[in-house]
Amino acid sequence: MGEISVIWKKFYSSRIFWPVAALVFFLLVNLIIKADFFTIEIKDGHLYGNIIDIIKNSIPIMLISIGLTLVIATKGIDISVGSLVAISSAVVAVMIGGNLVMVNGHQEFVTLFPMPVAILGALLVTSIAGMWNGMLVSRVGIQPIIATLILFIAGRGIAQLITTGQIVYLYYEPFFFLGSGYLFGLPFSLYIVIFVLVITMFIVRKTAIGMFIESVGINPTASRFSGINAKNIIFWCYVFCGFCSGIAGLVVCSNIKSADGNNAGLLMELDAILSVVLGGTSLSGGKFYLMGSMIGALIIQTLSVTIWSFNVPPQISLVVKAFVIYIICLLQSGKFRKGLFRIFGGKEIVS
Amino acid sequence: MPDNSKGPILEMKGINKSFPGVKALSGVDFRLFRGEVHALMGQNGAGKSTLIKVITGVNRQEAGEIRLGGKLIRPDSPLDAQRLGISTVYQEINLCPNLSVAENIYIGRQPIRFGKIDWKEMNDKSNKLLSTLNVSIDVTQLLSSYSVAIQQMVAIARVLDISAKILILDEPTSSLDENEVKLLFGVLKKLRDNGLAILFVTHFLDQAYEISDRITVLKNGNKEGEYISRDLAKVELISKMLGKELSEFSYSQKETVINTEGKKIRDSKEVLLKAENLARKGSIAPVDLDISRGEILGFAGLLGSGRTETARLLFGIDKADQGDIFIKGKKKNMNNPSNAINAGLGFCPEDRKVEGIIDQLSVRENIILALQGKKGIFKNMPMKKQQETAENLIKMLGIITTGTEQEVRRLSGGNQQKVMLARWLATDPEILILDEPTRGIDVGAKLEIMELVLNLAKKGMALLFISSEIDEVVRCSSKVEVFKDREKINELTGGDIDVNSIMHIIAGGN
Amino acid sequence: MKNMFSTNNKYLSLLVTIALFILMFGAGSVMYPGFFSFQNIFNILINNSYLIIIAIGMTLVIISGGIDLSVGSLLAFSTMLAASLLENYHMSPVVVIPLVLATGSIFGCFMGCLIQYFDLPPFIITLAGLYLARGMCYVVSIDTIPITNSFFTSVAQYEIHFSPDTFISINVVIALVMILIALYLAHYTKFGRTVYAIGGNEQSALLMGLPVAQTKVLVYTFSGFCSALAGIVFTFYMLSGYALHGTGLELDTIAAVVIGGTLLTGGVGYIAGTIFGVLVFGTIQVLVTNQSLNSWWTRIAVGILIFLFCLIQRLFESGKAAGGVKTPEVSDASVKKIE
Repeated sequence: MGEISVIWKKFYSSRIFWPVAALVFFLLVNLIIKADFFTIEIKDGHLYGNIIDIIKNSIPIMLISIGLTLVIATKGIDISVGSLVAISSAVVAVMIGGNLVMVNGHQEFVTLFPMPVAILGALLVTSIAGMWNGMLVSRVGIQPIIATLILFIAGRGIAQLITTGQIVYLYYEPFFFLGSGYLFGLPFSLYIVIFVLVITMFIVRKTAIGMFIESVGINPTASRFSGINAKNIIFWCYVFCGFCSGIAGLVVCSNIKSADGNNAGLLMELDAILSVVLGGTSLSGGKFYLMGSMIGALIIQTLSVTIWSFNVPPQISLVVKAFVIYIICLLQSGKFRKGLFRIFGGKEIVS
Repeated sequence: MPDNSKGPILEMKGINKSFPGVKALSGVDFRLFRGEVHALMGQNGAGKSTLIKVITGVNRQEAGEIRLGGKLIRPDSPLDAQRLGISTVYQEINLCPNLSVAENIYIGRQPIRFGKIDWKEMNDKSNKLLSTLNVSIDVTQLLSSYSVAIQQMVAIARVLDISAKILILDEPTSSLDENEVKLLFGVLKKLRDNGLAILFVTHFLDQAYEISDRITVLKNGNKEGEYISRDLAKVELISKMLGKELSEFSYSQKETVINTEGKKIRDSKEVLLKAENLARKGSIAPVDLDISRGEILGFAGLLGSGRTETARLLFGIDKADQGDIFIKGKKKNMNNPSNAINAGLGFCPEDRKVEGIIDQLSVRENIILALQGKKGIFKNMPMKKQQETAENLIKMLGIITTGTEQEVRRLSGGNQQKVMLARWLATDPEILILDEPTRGIDVGAKLEIMELVLNLAKKGMALLFISSEIDEVVRCSSKVEVFKDREKINELTGGDIDVNSIMHIIAGGN
Repeated sequence: MKNMFSTNNKYLSLLVTIALFILMFGAGSVMYPGFFSFQNIFNILINNSYLIIIAIGMTLVIISGGIDLSVGSLLAFSTMLAASLLENYHMSPVVVIPLVLATGSIFGCFMGCLIQYFDLPPFIITLAGLYLARGMCYVVSIDTIPITNSFFTSVAQYEIHFSPDTFISINVVIALVMILIALYLAHYTKFGRTVYAIGGNEQSALLMGLPVAQTKVLVYTFSGFCSALAGIVFTFYMLSGYALHGTGLELDTIAAVVIGGTLLTGGVGYIAGTIFGVLVFGTIQVLVTNQSLNSWWTRIAVGILIFLFCLIQRLFESGKAAGGVKTPEVSDASVKKIE
């Protein structure tokens, strides 16, 4: 029994407690409304249910958040991620393209470029976009918000340029597997997230780069004095964020079987920033929590589902999201917490 | 001439002010008369800035009273102080660079005519105001297009126009060149002759003598004395500022430094670092120096004399305009700290809060940071090794912490300083630069650090020891470079190293 | 003439923007006969008067060192609110218009208070405001509400003629009035000058005794007001309330403001510059349409322009840090040295 209480104590005092608690809270609310919320059935050979939907729908945001967490940890931000999703969708769709041809009496779909090449192409383009962002922030010295604002504005234009202004529809079956396929009953895209997450966590904790990122975000001068190349670290974080947005774009495109330069990735940047903040990483940089960001993404999705299950039109979820952001910001604000303590006269909690 | 007829315009009696862990001012008296320039002097931590903060209402004193023109005052903010007639111009000038000169003078109180700001009137009034300070410039230009010296004049004009019984200038000459200082002093003399009371905070000795009628010296929160400038010998001023803080601890003087083991290493004269003609415009004039294995090279000098600037050049934080650095005889490009670290240097900076500790990271992470930085990203130290290294150093330096994982921001100042030292010791440097390693620490910890420095030298490390406490420099160093006004002016070795000689050198004698 | 292009000329960026506008308009005139006409310029004004009004509010916010990303959504919400009150509740324009303006101002004030009194980042607060306002649009109605109110329809169609061929709409008049008000605020009131001071160095502004807190809250309130007014103007233009009005408008606004020479870091900028920034933006759109290019080319062109302006501004900043006017030499004899 003692061992369990030790584990519980560790969990309670860790940064991940509150995100998980919030997630459990919202899930339970849903359970109360809909008694069969947690039920999972097996249909068409794969798992099927509300929980699975929540997970599946949070995957693009999860992917973006992996990269965005690192960028925010360096005391930066990247608001171009939504536009990068659009660009990635556009590139992969255009490169796959293709026509129906007759081969040996069967109709077969032939792609413009082999699928792996198209995928790599999309990832390359968004990584280069990340390099652009990283260069502006680390070499030219422009503030991250302003630097990434440029692609925020121009990015969709570029995506439209690639798709020549039209929505590109895809018919290539193998590509759909990425976003809509199932493996061992679970969505294939979930495996992608897990893969990227595990590799990232491995790199970040098993090499020194995790500590260096945190160090740069907390005190870039002291980091520089210790021989850390802050500029390079910041640069590569933006590149990685671009890369992750690219993967998210692939999943989105595969899911909706098309690339829409105007709407793909719309409003995703705020959801991604929200996930990272909900997960415990502070906007002012420093310590970061990748798992927390994943939980954060799930919270946002669950929140949307909760609102929807109250029979409220989905667009209203925007209002709720806005208030959730305000509440979180207030809670993170030192001034607000001080004010609360004065009102409630509580003990000074060392934060 | 100071106008003593009506008594001091500003009188402070028995001022006490403490901050958590440190008594900044104890029982300080201070008086300022009309028609005088009064210099307030003292080293870092002496209490100068705290006294100014109390006068200007930034902080409230715990005991003691302030009288302005005989009346008791309790300013509760800088604005309040300004309203009472206490005008202050800070080192950072505190104006808006993106507004015009005239606007900076009049913002918040612009002349209004027919419901709109009367720009012409504002410009005219500004011109008149600046001309009383012998400054004649285009007041419609942006403030940022003028030099710091002119910006200072604008700041002075602004505060004097609002209200002026007293003018306080906090380190006004730090960013000025010789000509600009002349200009400023011309203006101050004029203001003084017109009856203004001026409080002039500075650490430049020569300037204090040039402009002030009286000097008050603070040391460690106490008032050492108030003197008439022309009656105070320079050497006496320096000794008042530096004092003899460690006199109550007995020390086996030179024995500590001249030790047989260490002497053997030193006598082998293996020069580890050599700088030739190293200089940087505005920071330090060309300097030559060398440090050998087992040697402790001390940098002695007052605040702003160029010691830290030199150290920064050696470690690659700043780039030198000229000169070369040789490590073990080979010329090295010190373009960034990475190069320096790879060449075997370590650097413990002066301002550990801003340049040193990563406060949210653990003690362990702070300690191994530079070592890991040296190894690079891919050769990650296994956690066990990290903990081992951290624990060893915690033990060796006597760092008081609940464990390796405690966040550094929870540690006391002295322990944070030890963590900084531990960081560099972990990299096993051949040459270690320590800039003010004993600042802001209690006396016990100071002694520990100095013992450590001597032990490291015994084992063969070359050390560069910078301290404003001449005592410490004398006790630790086997060779001393004396700095003054951004220039190295002398070098002392062996038996010549003693406090009096150094003070005389700085004072300008021989 | 030489002084006009020196880096110390505080009007330099304004001149660059005006030059850019003349350049673009000139290019258009060369490429398309008939491009060079007063009516063309008037059309740009007619089509962008709502943008001018919003950009005015945005300019002051950016000069104060902040940013307001909610403007587009607030415009949409204003159209929704107006349309709903007019059509569904049959309220008179005399009541509706002030009500909508007040709502926008209160919205801006709310955000300003959060930003100022709790030290929260303007970027996040106004981005959440974007979500909030757009969400509130849907609360009013999911579909568009066409406006049939007679006052609005007559204003929408009214043309003020200078000659049989040249005319402007009432929206342009409203925009012009706002420009005059903004110029007065920015250059002739203590409020406006305090906005500039805060953007230049907020700490100094505080120490100089300026009412920083009130001014910052007011500046966001003003931006909210401008968004609401632009919403009214937009309803005169589109005669409907629709949640998707003004999507992406905040970006267009920021673009116009940046092209107009206002620094995103604060403290520097002119209302006049913003006006020309809007004209440049409008001209780009006209050129793009004329070339039968897709509208997304506008986005790319705007992105490139912003990048160039940011880059140039950054280079100027680092160049200025190195330079600076020297103090005049003192002719007196040298000062005595104390021995």
